[in-house]
Amino acid sequence: MDLIHNLGIGFGVAFTVQNLLYAFFGCMLGTLIGVLPGIGPTATIAMLLPTTYALDATPALIMLAGIYYGAQYGGSTTAILINVPGESSSVVTAIDGYQMARQGRAGAALATAALGSFFAGCVGTIIIAAFAPPLTELAFKFGPAEYFSLMVLGLIGAVVLASGSLLKAISMIILGLLLAQINTDVISGTARYSFDIPQLTDGIGFVVIAMGLFGFGEIISNLGRPAEHREVFTSKVKGLWPTKDDFQRAWPAVVRGTSLGSLLGVLPGGGALLSSFASYTLEKKLAGASGNFGKGDIRGVAGPESANNAGAQTSFVPMLTLGIPPNPVMALMVGAMTIKGIQPGPQVMTSNPQLFWGLIASMWVGNAMLVILNLPLIGMWIKLLTVPYRFLFPAITLFCCIGVYSLNNSNFDVFMTAIFAFVGYAFYKLSVEPAPLLLGFILGPMMEENLRRALLLSRGDWGTFVTRPLSSGLLIASALLIVIVTLPSIRQKREVAFSEE
Amino acid sequence: MKIKSERDFWSGIMFVVVGVIFAVGATNYSMGPACPPNDPCAANLWARMSQLSAHPGAGYFPLGLSVLLVLLGAVVLFKSLTIESVGGDPIGGFAWRPLAIIVGAIVLFGFMLERFGLALTVPVLIIISSLAGDEFHWKGVLLNAIVLTFFSWLVFIAGLKLTIPLWPAFFG
Repeated sequence: MDLIHNLGIGFGVAFTVQNLLYAFFGCMLGTLIGVLPGIGPTATIAMLLPTTYALDATPALIMLAGIYYGAQYGGSTTAILINVPGESSSVVTAIDGYQMARQGRAGAALATAALGSFFAGCVGTIIIAAFAPPLTELAFKFGPAEYFSLMVLGLIGAVVLASGSLLKAISMIILGLLLAQINTDVISGTARYSFDIPQLTDGIGFVVIAMGLFGFGEIISNLGRPAEHREVFTSKVKGLWPTKDDFQRAWPAVVRGTSLGSLLGVLPGGGALLSSFASYTLEKKLAGASGNFGKGDIRGVAGPESANNAGAQTSFVPMLTLGIPPNPVMALMVGAMTIKGIQPGPQVMTSNPQLFWGLIASMWVGNAMLVILNLPLIGMWIKLLTVPYRFLFPAITLFCCIGVYSLNNSNFDVFMTAIFAFVGYAFYKLSVEPAPLLLGFILGPMMEENLRRALLLSRGDWGTFVTRPLSSGLLIASALLIVIVTLPSIRQKREVAFSEE
Repeated sequence: MKIKSERDFWSGIMFVVVGVIFAVGATNYSMGPACPPNDPCAANLWARMSQLSAHPGAGYFPLGLSVLLVLLGAVVLFKSLTIESVGGDPIGGFAWRPLAIIVGAIVLFGFMLERFGLALTVPVLIIISSLAGDEFHWKGVLLNAIVLTFFSWLVFIAGLKLTIPLWPAFFG
């Protein structure tokens, strides 16, 4: 069987001592940095990207994948322990996870998150291995019109389940797309919106935007809040393991979360985020009156955590098969691949089978290592987090500054980050979410290129997006998504679901 | 006219203003090739638009996006003036002090790092940014600065081998 044969190649690559070591280093570094509050996977990978410059393509990507999983797990750790989600997809984990921590059950919450993620990771790996080849076939049928429509679907998909106003979220996507227009036009070579500043002709680095909006925006709004809102409950942690009763309640949630995450993760545009929100809503609805969501229900940790890990895993699918990075982390991976001289896209699987299958296998290895690494370390993470916030936030400021500077060894990036820190705080005050902006920003240049190519090919006929069957299917799906969430009955439920959180 | 939701009102303003700025900027770039002589596009706007769509220029996509953003911003603005919200959805006070201190610290870091090196820049950044918190004790802050300076040297210069200057430039 092909699947087994392919996975065989993969595990052959992943289980060399060297690659195992890099996967281990990646997971460890990722967890160490990711557990710092305010630093999510994007910032972690951005900071650690230079560590992989000296490596070959395969170990470099394996290490990056390890950093990704580690950072993601680290982000959940801080979400549970101090209610500071390291990234947008662990926002929902913070709701019930933090409540569990307050009740002294942080150990159970952390263990559930780790085990749920591991299960989801195993399933995700198999799904990627099974579906990547047929999807790659499909990818060869994709023209510019299809790529454009796919990105529309991804962007719409990312906002419909996000909290807050749909209208403002869509406006933020467009704002992100516009910010991405600050660059040099790939087709005509015109520098746009650069104000004759040479650094701006390459565009703004998205890590700069991410750090400014998320990292610093978060710190400033945290400091603006009275101190009692950022209490830490670490003194009374008891018992690492979930009880038998916990297991019974968590299991079905893990399975449901995994299936949701695997499905939604494939969508370009924040699969992990989308699936964790969807899973939380689903669990809450299924539990009905029997649940105590918002007050420390273990299902509120198990479901979303499995979903976001499954989503994170399957979000490699669009990157590996289509070359489209569905989220900032994948964009960095694409960047790393390009540095190594590999053009991401459907041809990677045939031209670099070792890299392709090795990476997939090492995802599983990375997930396994995380469990081994983290279960015994939970106690240590908790200690690390007893550090008071007044020591922590200058440290985060420092790491973000160094991270941004080291991207290009340029202080211009640091100054840009300062601007976005200000903007991020303004967004927070206006309660507009920065995540859609970042996604729009990432997909912007690709969307433009494909739009303009599609129009060139169709001689200016916009009808090409609806007359080509694949493309029109994708657009219909996006329209349906918008219609569904704006239906009065669903809108009410959506608002209720988010207002209670 | 009364503002029904303060946050939405200012969000709407922000979207419209940014949209207009980008739209004005987009007019500096080519929308597409000029209209050839004796072509229907000279007289008919519709024909001109489809002729441009066939060869979209550098300004085509940004202009379209800006127009879309202005429209969406206008809808947000309109809703903020017509639909009641709970308690007027006020923006609330700004945390000017942490905002100014953190942003200032980042700018100072960018200015200092290449000139004065990591060994001087890190303590300055830590001390200044610590001022943004509600508690400031010299002892704790200095200890934090020393620990973090050593830690960043260990991780970023010794460990990750990033090319960050450690000592001030005038030390050679």
